[in-house]
Amino acid sequence: MSTPIIFNTLHFDQPWTLENYLKVGGYKALRKVLAEKMLPEAIIAEVKASGLRGRGGAGFPTGLKWSFMPRNYQGDKYLVCNSDEGEPGTCKDRDILRYNPHMLIEGMAIAAYTMSVKTGYNYIHGEIFEAYERMEAACEEARKAGYLGQNILGSDFEFDLHNHLGYGAYVCGEETALLESIEGKKGQPRFKPPFPATFGLYGKPTTINNTETFASIPYIINNGGQQFADLGVPNSGGIKLFSVSGHVNNPGNFEVPMGTPFKTLLEMAGGVRGGNKLKAVIPGGSSMPVLPGEIMMDLNMDFDSIQKAGSYLGTGAIIVMDETTCMVKALERLSYFYFEESCGQCTPCREGTGWLYRIVHRIEHGEGRPEDLDLLLDLCNNIAGRTICALGDAAAWPVQGFLKHYRKEFEYHIEHKRCLV
Amino acid sequence: MLSDQIQANIERELKKYPADQRQSAVMAALRFVQDEKGWIAPEDMADIAAYIGMPQMAVFEVATFYHMYKLKPMGEYTLTVCTNLSCQLSGVNETLLHLKNKLGIGLGEITADGKFGLREGECMGACVDAPMFTINNKKLCGRLTGEKIDQILAELSAGGQGGKQ
Amino acid sequence: MINIEIDGKRIETENGTTVIEAAHKAGISIPHFCYHKKLSIAANCRMCLVQVEKAPKPLPACATPVTEGMKVFTASEQAVKAQKGVMEFLLVNHPLDCPICDQGGECMLQDMSVGYGGGASRYHEEKRTVLSKDIGPLVSAEEMSRCINCTRCVRFGAEIAGQMEMGQAFRGEHAEIMTFVSGTVNSELSGNMIDLCPVGALTSKPFRYKARSWELSRRRSISAHDSLGTSLAVQTKNNHVLRVLPIENEDINECWLSDKDRFAYEGLNSAERLTKPMIKQDGKWQEVEWQVALEYAANGLRHIANGAGAEQIGALATANSTLEELYLLQKLMRGIGSDNVDFRLRQSDFSADDKQQGTPWLGMPIADISRLDSVLIVGSFLRKDHPLLAARIRQAVKKGAQANIIHSVDDDLLMKVANKTIVAPDALVAALSQVAQALDAEKNGKAQTASAGAVAIAKSLSCGGCVAVLLGNFAQQHPQAAQLQALAQQIAALSNGKFGFIGEAANSVGGYLAHATPGTKGLNAASMLATPRKAYVLLNVEAELDTANPQQAIAAMQSADLVIAMSAYKHHATSYADVLLPIAPFTETSGTFVSTEGRVQSFKGAVKPLGEARPAWKVLRVLGNLLKISGFDQDTSEAVRDEALKGVDVAAKLSNTISAIDTNAVSAAGGLQRVSDVPIYATDAVVRRSAPLQATVDAATPQAWLHSEELKKLGVQVGATVKVSQGQGSVSIAAAADDKLPRGVVRVAAGHAATAALGAMFGTITVERA
Ligand SMILES: Cc1cc2nc3c(=O)[nH]c(=O)nc-3n(C[C@H](O)[C@H](O)[C@H](O)COP(=O)(O)O)c2cc1C
Ligand code: SF4
Ligand code: FES
Repeated sequence: MSTPIIFNTLHFDQPWTLENYLKVGGYKALRKVLAEKMLPEAIIAEVKASGLRGRGGAGFPTGLKWSFMPRNYQGDKYLVCNSDEGEPGTCKDRDILRYNPHMLIEGMAIAAYTMSVKTGYNYIHGEIFEAYERMEAACEEARKAGYLGQNILGSDFEFDLHNHLGYGAYVCGEETALLESIEGKKGQPRFKPPFPATFGLYGKPTTINNTETFASIPYIINNGGQQFADLGVPNSGGIKLFSVSGHVNNPGNFEVPMGTPFKTLLEMAGGVRGGNKLKAVIPGGSSMPVLPGEIMMDLNMDFDSIQKAGSYLGTGAIIVMDETTCMVKALERLSYFYFEESCGQCTPCREGTGWLYRIVHRIEHGEGRPEDLDLLLDLCNNIAGRTICALGDAAAWPVQGFLKHYRKEFEYHIEHKRCLV
Repeated sequence: MLSDQIQANIERELKKYPADQRQSAVMAALRFVQDEKGWIAPEDMADIAAYIGMPQMAVFEVATFYHMYKLKPMGEYTLTVCTNLSCQLSGVNETLLHLKNKLGIGLGEITADGKFGLREGECMGACVDAPMFTINNKKLCGRLTGEKIDQILAELSAGGQGGKQ
Repeated sequence: MINIEIDGKRIETENGTTVIEAAHKAGISIPHFCYHKKLSIAANCRMCLVQVEKAPKPLPACATPVTEGMKVFTASEQAVKAQKGVMEFLLVNHPLDCPICDQGGECMLQDMSVGYGGGASRYHEEKRTVLSKDIGPLVSAEEMSRCINCTRCVRFGAEIAGQMEMGQAFRGEHAEIMTFVSGTVNSELSGNMIDLCPVGALTSKPFRYKARSWELSRRRSISAHDSLGTSLAVQTKNNHVLRVLPIENEDINECWLSDKDRFAYEGLNSAERLTKPMIKQDGKWQEVEWQVALEYAANGLRHIANGAGAEQIGALATANSTLEELYLLQKLMRGIGSDNVDFRLRQSDFSADDKQQGTPWLGMPIADISRLDSVLIVGSFLRKDHPLLAARIRQAVKKGAQANIIHSVDDDLLMKVANKTIVAPDALVAALSQVAQALDAEKNGKAQTASAGAVAIAKSLSCGGCVAVLLGNFAQQHPQAAQLQALAQQIAALSNGKFGFIGEAANSVGGYLAHATPGTKGLNAASMLATPRKAYVLLNVEAELDTANPQQAIAAMQSADLVIAMSAYKHHATSYADVLLPIAPFTETSGTFVSTEGRVQSFKGAVKPLGEARPAWKVLRVLGNLLKISGFDQDTSEAVRDEALKGVDVAAKLSNTISAIDTNAVSAAGGLQRVSDVPIYATDAVVRRSAPLQATVDAATPQAWLHSEELKKLGVQVGATVKVSQGQGSVSIAAAADDKLPRGVVRVAAGHAATAALGAMFGTITVERA
């Protein structure tokens, strides 16, 4: 791996300080934007050229999203960073907040400049309080140094950023639930349309991006969109942070170019635990369909390759499972998660996630019935695509993925009332 | 009544939001109460509602929606253990067993001396550090081993902060 | 306009409508639970999923805006599969015991599950149970396991009633509809949640298990308990009123009903109902035949008319009597030769009587309230006196209208109030004249000398849009009511707006049309009591509760030689009356109310009169016959109505115009001044006897409310009993603090037995430590 882009301060003792960030060229991009009075269209063009796609899971092209913000809107507009990372397996944003908060601030400031926004919020997952504190400190540091606030770097550009701490609700990662949460309400997703670009935070035009998405911006401005795009592969521009967890010897976050072979990443994570055989991999966070190890070993980590294999790159969170893993038990835990985290607003998700979980739970506990597996799949079809937000899909996909590749194991459980492994 | 400290903290949070959007500070307000009292009673919610100027029921909705709020006492030190998939794969069952044995309590329970409470949590967004727990929602302790847990518990019992990052 | 196609039908619809609205307009029904046209869109039940051409997934019709050329399929395979899937989910945790559910027969879920439910359930897991809740005497939340979390009730509270008493707590499958810490729902509109709840989760507590919907007969009627003229359905079984429901009427009550109108019927069968005529002989009450009682009454009246003179007879009626009753009452009095008749029992200033051009009314159609840009509401306990009008104004305010208040109390109206001036009753005229002055200055470019508050209100009223000044019950009962009216007229003229009265009761307009007001020779309600008569005829009146000065009223009754009380109830009249004639309340007779917007609405009785009670118009007719007065031969109430309104152009009669009046005469009162409201469930005889209404928070025993500084001055603690005195009477009630009250006033409710020993609703009053 060449020089890291997002983790470029990790070699310092205190990677998170402004001082250290400046040492690696921090805030140069913002300076450039302000000094050259770059046109918003030009910035958006660079971001489009970079091929940057949202790192929050859906992979939406960032430049395009920015262009949706109404240009001549009179009144407040908002910029929101989604650091609510709570999708099992995903923990890359936490390291950005902990180790390079200023890169996020710089990225957001540039985005704010581009979309003429004066106020931003960074919504941080409740459990990583230390990262919240670090982010609060970094914002204060940036404010004092003139990177946030009024007349940023002597220009007439004004932008302030505030951190909002979540408190234990995965669904707040969904962008409209997140907005509700900032508004001091339950985190129940909104029906779209209207989309946040027209009706967002406090009913005002709002753009929401993932932490890693924003953190990728300074590099793109400094080096041009094309250079970022070239780091990756077609349709998956740039570098990406991959969280590798589960049955590996050296779990961790790795910054590699898009398109890096899974095999390479697995090696970086020290290989499968205890030299065991690789059984299965969830390639993009727990919501994405699981893929068998053999398939994964031939795949590259980019949007298209994973999609072709029947799953999604999602957040780039890789959960590795070795041969000792009981797939029923693994699915049981995931199904419990979606059941537990359903906001309760819409019927299919509120009623369906509990039903899914209870069936898988029964199977795991030796009380499965032969018709359960088809029932599970039918329920998944009745949940996915029928809900207000994608949590419904997120609950259905793992079930469908596990059954697609490991149906035999489930059947064995039902028939023998015990585990195959 | 909300203590002066809590009121000051809420005031600081309120500055983050537009003046006509005071409700945005409700999550933080609930957190401040919990940090001070260990849990949030209905009277506290009523106080917050009055202070912020929002319906009591809306405060209650928020307090019951987000799972890190404690609606009953959960010990001086609440340990919330993530049991989600990455943690499960990384041996959180043993971690839990160790904790249960050591503290003599199960999930959702408090030790007789009121010192420790054990809760199950969902994904904390730190999966590469599995298995893990948080202490009072403040400190996340990861890559737990039996030894490390013993050390943290000893430190907490002695009134310390409990484990380093 | 946008062209779309639903199920092959071409539909033209306005831009911005949703698919479900377009479908409903075209008569195509789409199954739904959470959608309600008056509530915000939640799109949470997912029942309304339909197929839309080019959309990869089924879309909720309630939340999907129409777009040009859109093709919608509500019953395609994809749509029906989606709907069936949702129905299955709705039923997994729902008790499947329709036969014992109170909602059975009128349950949206039951209806739809017949169409969309599968056969045998595929759900074999344990069903969730949700604890029952006690949310007060009106709405039952006994069966919360039936709740489908559509949040209609929650949205109703927050959006229409203006207060979020119910919420959806917890999340996911544990989500539960409840109140904060088991609190009660106290909204005066709470019963609408029962109608809105599509399942049997929220039901009517008084109606619970009384009957199945299909066993009920139903009759259209009109609200008798406020002046709006709300359309409602009275539902009966075995000659008993068992339930009252709203009938949708966009121009009046939309689809709502106030709790007062919904639950008042529980007072109809109270044990206090008078079911037989009675006369007092030798100080003892005896039940007698109608003939005996009527002859006794007629003879008594004749005797007094022939002896002391007809002007010694006075007739008093409440404004919730029907047009027919009021008409025949005045006709009877005039036939006897007395001009003393009045229905404005709580009014104290009658100086407008010879200066007023017509019948005072709202000054505009009710529906126009929704289009106001700025409104000044003077002297009104708006929310409690006119719950649905308040709701309408609340919606207007949400859409940007400005509400300005001038009053002597500052109760929470649950809406954004732009400006308010809260002053003691004797400063009300001055406050209003300040606004007039400020408007004059604003309009004619003079320097502003008025108070800042008045200027702010004047600015709001001179917005150039639709403007109105509305005078509430308090303003109408005020001792300077005529001056307030004249000032309202002036303000309306200066702001190019309208002005009017929010009528106090069902027939506040109808009473004028029926001529139930004194002519030039007659005495008005106040004079009739201030200069006691030898005989009184009372129609629906409880003298100590329905009049402006109970002390005086009771004294007048007690000193009279003859009191004929026509009443549906046996009440305090037993202590002063000589004849009690049992008459039928509005559910047991036909009649007419003319609402505050001048709408003439007749209704039929829903049940037969209880016991020997008779419709009052019939009783009055027979009295007329017995007194040999001509023109008492109508054989239907319709005939009475037609006679009363013959040749009357109601619209032309309505007018608030008042000729010039001296508005500077402000009497300076000393000491504490009384402010009195008539509590929402104390307004008339029927609601006063509705047990469920009397169990609400709104029906709590009156207290003496003072600013805490005043309490301090008196050395009285909150909650301590105080002696409140007026004239010769005093009562002991609890002291309470309300720092939103102006100094120098004490708020003591009227219309309630606990304060009936006091005097006038306005004026000086003393409060001492008990
Ligand atoms: C249930 C659910 C959870 C989500 N959680 C996250 C999250 O934790 N972080 C995140 O950035 N995006 C999350 N998303 C995606 C966001 O809704 C949104 O697409 C994203 O923040 C947009 O940023 P991006 O374009 O930069 O990816 C989640 C979506 C759903 C449906
Ligand atoms: S109680 Fe009735 S109205 Fe309220 S959410 Fe439940 S089903 Fe809907
Ligand atoms: S009626 Fe459309 S989702 Fe409920």
